[in-house]
Amino acid sequence: MTPLAPPPRHHIVVRLSHWVGAVAMICLILSGWQIYNASPLLPFRIPGAITLGGWLGGAIAWHLTAMWLLMASGAMYLAYGFASGHFRRDLALPSVGEFTGEMAAALRLNLPHDAGRYNAVQRVFYAGVVAIAVLAVLTGLAIWKPVQFGPLTALFGDYDTARKLHFTMMVLIVGFLLIHLVLVAIVPRTLLGMITGKRGGV
Amino acid sequence: MARILLPEHRRALGKLQPGLTRRGLAGGLSLGALTLLTGCDLSDDDSVIDRALWAMLRFNDRVQAAMFSPTRLARTYTRADITKPFRFNAFYPIERVPQIDLAGWRLELAGLIDQKKPWALPDIMALPQESQITRHICVEGWSQIGEWRGVPLGNFLRRVGADLTARYVGFTCGDEYYSSIDMASALHPQTILALEFEQTALSPIWGAPLRLRIPTKLGFKNPKFITAITVTNENPGGYWEDLGYNWFSGS
Repeated sequence: MTPLAPPPRHHIVVRLSHWVGAVAMICLILSGWQIYNASPLLPFRIPGAITLGGWLGGAIAWHLTAMWLLMASGAMYLAYGFASGHFRRDLALPSVGEFTGEMAAALRLNLPHDAGRYNAVQRVFYAGVVAIAVLAVLTGLAIWKPVQFGPLTALFGDYDTARKLHFTMMVLIVGFLLIHLVLVAIVPRTLLGMITGKRGGV
Repeated sequence: MARILLPEHRRALGKLQPGLTRRGLAGGLSLGALTLLTGCDLSDDDSVIDRALWAMLRFNDRVQAAMFSPTRLARTYTRADITKPFRFNAFYPIERVPQIDLAGWRLELAGLIDQKKPWALPDIMALPQESQITRHICVEGWSQIGEWRGVPLGNFLRRVGADLTARYVGFTCGDEYYSSIDMASALHPQTILALEFEQTALSPIWGAPLRLRIPTKLGFKNPKFITAITVTNENPGGYWEDLGYNWFSGS
């Protein structure tokens, strides 16, 4: 009798890029808040205690260091996701009907969290945050290099609109992170899965 | 008499003005989670992280130099796009703007330049000039569109016989500011020694009588009140650059 197939695992590339990307993203958000405080777009400042870098120069140094980390882990993840079929297999966008149905179930805390399969809400959230992270990088490059990457900056309007979009991407990513962390707290075995590779826990 | 601030001068300046010493980059982060995460005390400015960030600043200098195109132009705008009122910005309040005596002012030249004879203002004004309406982007994130007119720095450097294979062009200023740029950026067609802002001779708040306008770099790389230009292979640094802003800071 052949043994049962092992449960599907998070590939090592997914886990590595998840954690490297997570550290990079947190550094980017916190240093970005310090940079924001130098010239706030909105009528408030971020409390200094939850920013990174201490002053504008320090924050930019953090931001343009973590940037490389995020781009490296992101490139690794995207290359793996497309080449291995991971995106096509696991993150295919659901139909509107499927999404609304499963979203309604999720809001009633009645959505099964099956091992080895993402439900429609998860697929939309994970594919969405990947797309938003890509846009965050692109708008960031557009405001870092508005001359050398002039066409990219023009794609987002101009420097000032690209800057506002970059800020908006941060807001969306922070929003995703809050929901993500709450859901991990509700289903803590998923955290173990992202560390050990075992989907659905032990 | 303008003095060129080479690194040894800068160290002396640092002693005179304790504020002018390199600042930590890691920052006084009080977020416990990240300290736990990295296992480092990020508030220690001599930490491994601080040294790593300084190394990354220099790495980013090299990446940006490699990305820089000597021919790609910054976007230009029309007069209708000009930001009004244009914002004054310096490392001191507007009351402390220096009033330079224009008659006695000379532009000193130093370093790897054949003809080091100082230039009086009318002689510079007699050189061919070009106008630009470009976006000035501050390291803080804000930006504004303005119009400048002046002598292309590349033409000036060629005229005085500067060694165009040298690596750096440094600027010393009448407000104790100093900065420097790479030679490739100095020779970019939109890099000008500006004499005019908004179609009138620079007033003191805009850096009279001579300032650098370089739309391919951030605002703090556009020194005002220029009193001396030096061409050198030793990086002259800069006021903010030595405190921890990225030196290349190209746009």
